[in-house]
Amino acid sequence: MFDFGPFFDNFDEILNGFWGTVKLAAVSAVLSLLIGTVLASFRVAPVPLLRVLGTAYVNVVRNTPLTLVLLMCSLGLNDVLALTFSDNPGTTYYWWAVLGLSGYTGAFVCESLRAGINTVPLGQAEAARSIGLTFTQSLRIIILPQAFRAVIAPLGSVFIAMIKNTTVASAASYAEAAAAMKSLLDLPSFTSGALPLFIGVAIGFMILTLPTGFFFGWLHKRMAVAR
Amino acid sequence: MTDSEGGPDLTKDGPEDTVPAPASDAGRPLVVVEHVDKHFGELHVLKDINLTVNSGEVVVVIGPSGGGKSTLCRSINRLEPIDGGKILVDGKELPQEGKELAKLRADVGMVFQSFNLFAHKTILENVTLGPIKVRKQGKQESEKHAMELLDRVGIANQAHKYPAQLSGGQQQRAAIARSLAMRPKVMLFDEPTSALDPEMVNEVLDVMTGLAREGMTMIVVTHEMGFARRAAQKVVFMADGQIVEENTPDEFFTNARTDRAKDFLSKILTH
Ligand SMILES: Nc1ncnc2c1ncn2[C@@H]1O[C@H](COP(=O)(O)OP(=O)(O)O)[C@@H](O)[C@H]1O
Ligand SMILES: [Mg+2]
Repeated sequence: MFDFGPFFDNFDEILNGFWGTVKLAAVSAVLSLLIGTVLASFRVAPVPLLRVLGTAYVNVVRNTPLTLVLLMCSLGLNDVLALTFSDNPGTTYYWWAVLGLSGYTGAFVCESLRAGINTVPLGQAEAARSIGLTFTQSLRIIILPQAFRAVIAPLGSVFIAMIKNTTVASAASYAEAAAAMKSLLDLPSFTSGALPLFIGVAIGFMILTLPTGFFFGWLHKRMAVAR
Repeated sequence: MTDSEGGPDLTKDGPEDTVPAPASDAGRPLVVVEHVDKHFGELHVLKDINLTVNSGEVVVVIGPSGGGKSTLCRSINRLEPIDGGKILVDGKELPQEGKELAKLRADVGMVFQSFNLFAHKTILENVTLGPIKVRKQGKQESEKHAMELLDRVGIANQAHKYPAQLSGGQQQRAAIARSLAMRPKVMLFDEPTSALDPEMVNEVLDVMTGLAREGMTMIVVTHEMGFARRAAQKVVFMADGQIVEENTPDEFFTNARTDRAKDFLSKILTH
């Protein structure tokens, strides 16, 4: 039952799968940070239309299962509407997975960031306005940097969830670690060692997520704003 | 407690001596508040306020809590919009919210009760931020000017620290330097010393007195009688959203005209 043989026999494929996971997670982390920042800016903007847009986006996306979001991207937008990034299916599914995952995670980043904005005393924005900064300048230079520092640790949790959520992308035709595992399990030749395979892949995810958590915790302490 | 006499040489001067005659424009109306009304929902906070502050003049605003003093200050640089009337700064009415307003607002310096220094920036960065981002001044030039200002308020040696590392009095002096860096035409002070420990009040008042002597136009909400007497030409007593009395500091503190003011003074003088 605990035969780790098949796990190591197929180590290359599993590693390949994890490489897919890392590529998806790393690019999505950057993009979701961008999307989340823009959304949070919308949600605190003085322009009502932007606030409505930001709120609507967050509420729709946050309450839609990720599988649906990703299937909508891969099957809906890519296959049915033929909105492709490239003729190479691997490339186009990759980018749709990135967009879907980032768009989804961005909603959560936005909400964390908004909590961070609420920790910044009102006086900071008033002082910024009083020296003549515009709304965008005071958001960019004064409010968001302090808001980010306040929520680095919670953002770490968002990113850990995001790394695990990459497994859903296999449903959307993107080959990452979980997809590699499933294709191994589906091989007719694969008769024993399923449990070790699960354990191995789970450890693989921990190798990605645990340092992420530690790093964000460390960064949070280091960057904290003293008041 | 409210009467805090500042530096030893400052108290000897009568108000006449403390007013320099800067530039040719002394005496020109710099801030004009005309028939200003302001509500917070049902609450009528400013009721037909009229006030003129001339260039080089120092006006102290005094009155009971909730009387609308802060709201008046905040209206003057449009941190609060007004419902009626108009406010002119150097002859220009401040535009509605927007880029134009942001720029003009920098002409009106504001010093807050709670300092509000940018917590994630050093003291030097606090002071140079406005000149660089709003006035589009070079970094070197801004830093040089900032260091001069920090030196003048006596905290040049704290330039590279963060606000939380400074005492309240030092933070407030840094906040004054931050305002001055924008070379404002007028400075508003909203209870600049009320959040300070008593032993730090004078270091801030001394800086303000120095500014007044150099001819800075100032509107100061404060209950510090010593400061009002040595630096201000006019005291405005505000209560219930109205200007109840305008007087010279000496007259106001010794011989107020209105009962409302006398009553208020008797309360703050009892301790
Ligand atoms: N943002 C606000 N929203 C609602 N009411 C306010 C607000 N700011 C001030 N007020 C009210 O307006 C009145 C005047 O306040 P303020 O100008 O701060 O007085 P003061 O500075 O003289 O103590 C008070 O009754 C206060 O509660
Ligand atoms: Mg007040």
